[in-house]
Amino acid sequence: MSNQVNIQALQNTASQVRRDIVRMVHAVQSGHPGGSLGCTEYFVSLYFHVMNHNNKFNPNGEGEDLFFVSNGHISPVWYSTLARSGYFPVKELDTFRKMGTRLQGHPATEEGLPGIRIASGSLGQGLSACVGAAQTKKLNGDDSFVYVIMGDGELQEGQVWEAAMYAAHHKVDNVIASVDYNGRQIDGDVQDVMGIESLKAKWEAFGWIVLESEGNDFENLINTFEKAKSLAKQGRPVLNLMKTEMGQGVDFMVGSHKWHGVAPNDAQLEDALSQLEETLGDY
Amino acid sequence: MTKLKYTEKKDTRSGFGAGLLEAGKKNKDVVALCADLTGSLKMNAFENEFPERFFQVGIAEANMMGLAAGMTIGGKIPFTGTFANFSTGRVYDQIRQSIAYSDKNVKICASHAGLTLGEDGATHQILEDVGMMKMLPNMTVICPADYNQTKAATMAIADYDGPVYLRFGRPKWPVFIPENEKFEIGKAQKLIEGSDATIFATGHMVWQAVEAEAILESKGISVEVINIHTIKPLDTEAILASVAKTGCCVAAEEHQIAGGLGESIAQTLIQNNPVPMEFVGVNDSFGESGKPVELLAKYGLGVEHIVQAVESAIKRK
Repeated sequence: MSNQVNIQALQNTASQVRRDIVRMVHAVQSGHPGGSLGCTEYFVSLYFHVMNHNNKFNPNGEGEDLFFVSNGHISPVWYSTLARSGYFPVKELDTFRKMGTRLQGHPATEEGLPGIRIASGSLGQGLSACVGAAQTKKLNGDDSFVYVIMGDGELQEGQVWEAAMYAAHHKVDNVIASVDYNGRQIDGDVQDVMGIESLKAKWEAFGWIVLESEGNDFENLINTFEKAKSLAKQGRPVLNLMKTEMGQGVDFMVGSHKWHGVAPNDAQLEDALSQLEETLGDY
Repeated sequence: MTKLKYTEKKDTRSGFGAGLLEAGKKNKDVVALCADLTGSLKMNAFENEFPERFFQVGIAEANMMGLAAGMTIGGKIPFTGTFANFSTGRVYDQIRQSIAYSDKNVKICASHAGLTLGEDGATHQILEDVGMMKMLPNMTVICPADYNQTKAATMAIADYDGPVYLRFGRPKWPVFIPENEKFEIGKAQKLIEGSDATIFATGHMVWQAVEAEAILESKGISVEVINIHTIKPLDTEAILASVAKTGCCVAAEEHQIAGGLGESIAQTLIQNNPVPMEFVGVNDSFGESGKPVELLAKYGLGVEHIVQAVESAIKRK
């Protein structure tokens, strides 16, 4: 892996992002902490190391990598990462889910929040948008990558597989998609609610290059993205099957679907914050 | 004798195909996506001329809408092509979130709308699409009257920035709008002047209204015929100006009465100038297999039905 990566700096950022997540969700007693905490290393890796992007936001994103979130309910981790990357003032995190905010419950373009290029929340739609944007990059001769994250439960939506089929058929090979493979969804474990295995075999059968990664391990993730970039643009899209723990970083939330969409109370917030170092200053 | 003459009969979907080709020639950012209905949508000419800008998506309409939304990021102007049923009801949530709410510059081009699809029957004869699409914020809804107007509308929406639903049909239908007449989005088109009643018609029903006017004239009734090719945004100024003169009106459309053009007009009238109004449209039923003109007659959308509706409206003045 690249020698320039400062893993400690990424971990510090992740700790602050996790504090932001639990504080944002606690403040309005709504939102989705579980998936957000589980994907923190992923978001921090992309925005602070992997992607070529510009925080002076250009909706069309010519000449830079694009990023889409399909499972829009993990908006807290995205908003925090965007703010900590300089897309908008960190203080604005305080408006999350409140009337008049640009930080809608699920990501939206209508209020003009920098960093968001399409609305998401109704599941299964993000891969199509990502592949469409990647198709446009190819038409425009733009050499950048297009990234997207999807939930694993979300793969129960049929549209995901329509998009997967299309990307392979049309050789949209500038796509690096990731699945947040935490094995949880609202009603319980994915394997109990509606089994989706074998994911690796399914994506390979759909014509994708599949990489497996540890989504809560910076070094492993960054290595995986380096590999993904080296394998992309050779005729096939790339999927990163990324094992994560829902609720990672907060001991009483980790590994359970129960914190998918539940906010911590005052005592739980205090407990959570005691486990997460304030590294960059709270908003 | 109708006041307007038609030169020939051509299908509006062919107008779309011709317009798409022209739009593609004019603007290199125009791209087209089709869900396995290239021939039915008459998109072959575009595909042949611009193969690198044509995207076959297979029988996967939900993905087509999402792809189109994504393709706008970076400046493309995607035109999606499939039947009206699969352009709306099948993919409503994709349109709602990825296109309308996200305000993406996608042109949803929908053929085989309404009863005049004919023999394929009710599974494909969508009569609710205008209602679904006009309810979406940011969405413009257009339903041109003939081949020439569909061609012009297709070219016009390529120059307009924002999501558009363009509705057209399958059968060969009279061509009476002048070739190369400029299409103005949102501008009602007065086709015939009159003083006793106004017929507001859209799509295939515009020619039916022209024929109805001739019958009514022979009975000594002076009717104004206005083509509402843009259902949203509605040209309320033109509607109110006409009824201020005629004092009553009829809405005629190949759609459910609920949710259609007539409903939008009624809303305008009730708030501003509640005059007697009648509705010519499908009344809360599905269609069935049959020939287009026979189906229009059976479901209350024949020329005679417009004549009767005008007479009823005038009686209520």
